[in-house]
Amino acid sequence: MQPRFQAMEIARHESNIFFIRIFGDSSRIFANAAFTRADAYYHSGYYPTIFDNNEAFKTPHMAEDTGAVASHNEGEETAFMGQPRDWLDAFSRRFIPNRHTHLDQGGPADDLRSSSQVREILPWLDLATQMNPQDIRTYLVISFWLRTDLNQASEAEHVLRGGLRENPGNPQLLFELGRIYFEDYHDPARARSIYEAGVRSWALEKPKIPMVVRLKYDNSTFDDRFVFEQLEVHLAQLEGSLGNREAAIVHLEQAKLASPDSDALQKMIDQLKQGHP
Amino acid sequence: MRNVFAVAGIVIKELYRRKDFYVLFILTIIICLVMGSITVFNDTDIIRYVKDLCLLLIWVSSLIIAITTTARQIPAEKEQRTLLPLLAKPLSRTQLIFGKFLGCWVVCGLALLCFYIFFGALAASREHHWPLLNYAQAAFLHWMALGVIVAMSLLGSLVFAAPSSNSTICFSIVAAILCIGRYLDLFAVRMQEPGRSLVYSIYYALPPLEIPFGLRDRIIHDWPPVDWPSVGLLALYLLAYMLFFLIAACLIFRRKAVN
Repeated sequence: MQPRFQAMEIARHESNIFFIRIFGDSSRIFANAAFTRADAYYHSGYYPTIFDNNEAFKTPHMAEDTGAVASHNEGEETAFMGQPRDWLDAFSRRFIPNRHTHLDQGGPADDLRSSSQVREILPWLDLATQMNPQDIRTYLVISFWLRTDLNQASEAEHVLRGGLRENPGNPQLLFELGRIYFEDYHDPARARSIYEAGVRSWALEKPKIPMVVRLKYDNSTFDDRFVFEQLEVHLAQLEGSLGNREAAIVHLEQAKLASPDSDALQKMIDQLKQGHP
Repeated sequence: MRNVFAVAGIVIKELYRRKDFYVLFILTIIICLVMGSITVFNDTDIIRYVKDLCLLLIWVSSLIIAITTTARQIPAEKEQRTLLPLLAKPLSRTQLIFGKFLGCWVVCGLALLCFYIFFGALAASREHHWPLLNYAQAAFLHWMALGVIVAMSLLGSLVFAAPSSNSTICFSIVAAILCIGRYLDLFAVRMQEPGRSLVYSIYYALPPLEIPFGLRDRIIHDWPPVDWPSVGLLALYLLAYMLFFLIAACLIFRRKAVN
């Protein structure tokens, strides 16, 4: 009976979400379109259509710049349009956005003081979360930009908690929430609890796959390795900041299992052993 | 020219009594104000998605006004049996066509003025600055594009049987140009002859309505204004298409029986 009641509970919750009720599973397609639209806004309109070469935009740059998702981009991002095909194409390019820019770097005006313009991507991301609450990357992107360029840690926390309601125990969301408590709220005790919950969730995510396989260096294991490494490295930083060197070393040793650059982590371990912070 | 202006004046007076513009304008205002009243993550400075929606609604509304208004001009004169008395006056068929065109185009211009003033006020309420030059360019080129569409609809009203079919065909052609007009050459490159030559011919022959439509993105994302020589060149290019459609309409109307 228990699995059936759980399924009913999930179904009732899903039907309460407006877009899912109207569009059903196809709301995921619209969510993806909204996510892509946010990236178009991130580029101030200079964005490939389905007819252009979009090899350099397979992973949205606003997500790639957060460092939270693997990049699948190839080719030159500044030249997806290519050379003008004829005089008409060359002429028409004067009337559309025709230069690669990012909103957090000042946009078309190249004015770094206006990096908070990145807020303009938020409505589309908010729409994407409503249409597909199970897409983790949307919450990660929203919380990153709210926390960094827009200095709204409390709003970022609210978003992540909303994401956790829809995706209970997701380790990536727990990691980001832990960062907010440690870096913005300066509450290391609570941050430690959240990070450790994230590590436990990570272990329980794929119980049948051994940890060694999940941490094997491979493109397909990027998400697993990334989250695990970040959780352990940030736990090490937290323990280090509280003077718990032994605990910090243990966490860094764990992080080495997932890191492609274990030398840097080994250096940090050596420094801690010598008594440097 | 007096006759042309007289006909245009009658068209303008007739059209500002109709409900089309007012309904579309009020609908645009309501939708934009509702969308603008939403706060996202307690941030009251987010505006670009509202500008995007507003400009899209302005384009859709202006297309509806331009095509539906123009498509019924000549057929309405025929239905009300006022066409023969009109042509019996010292008014040539060419003057009638140009008068109808000018009246519809001016009406589109006045409608656009109202829409863009609202758009400017909406954007300024959050952005706190007025890029008037950008708005002026966008509005001017939008008006020129509508001129081409009005001329095309006028030609269609003489070719097609009913205003409804004329409107439908014009809407379809304009929508196709706005969506894929810029990429027809990409399709052509991947085709075999003679399809390739046919598509290339269509690509070069179609009026470049997608260029003023694409200017929306520069307005939404606060790009600098386009250089004025390019704006002038595009305006002349669109004017050439207007004249082409009008001359074609005049030639067809000259040979058309009106009784």
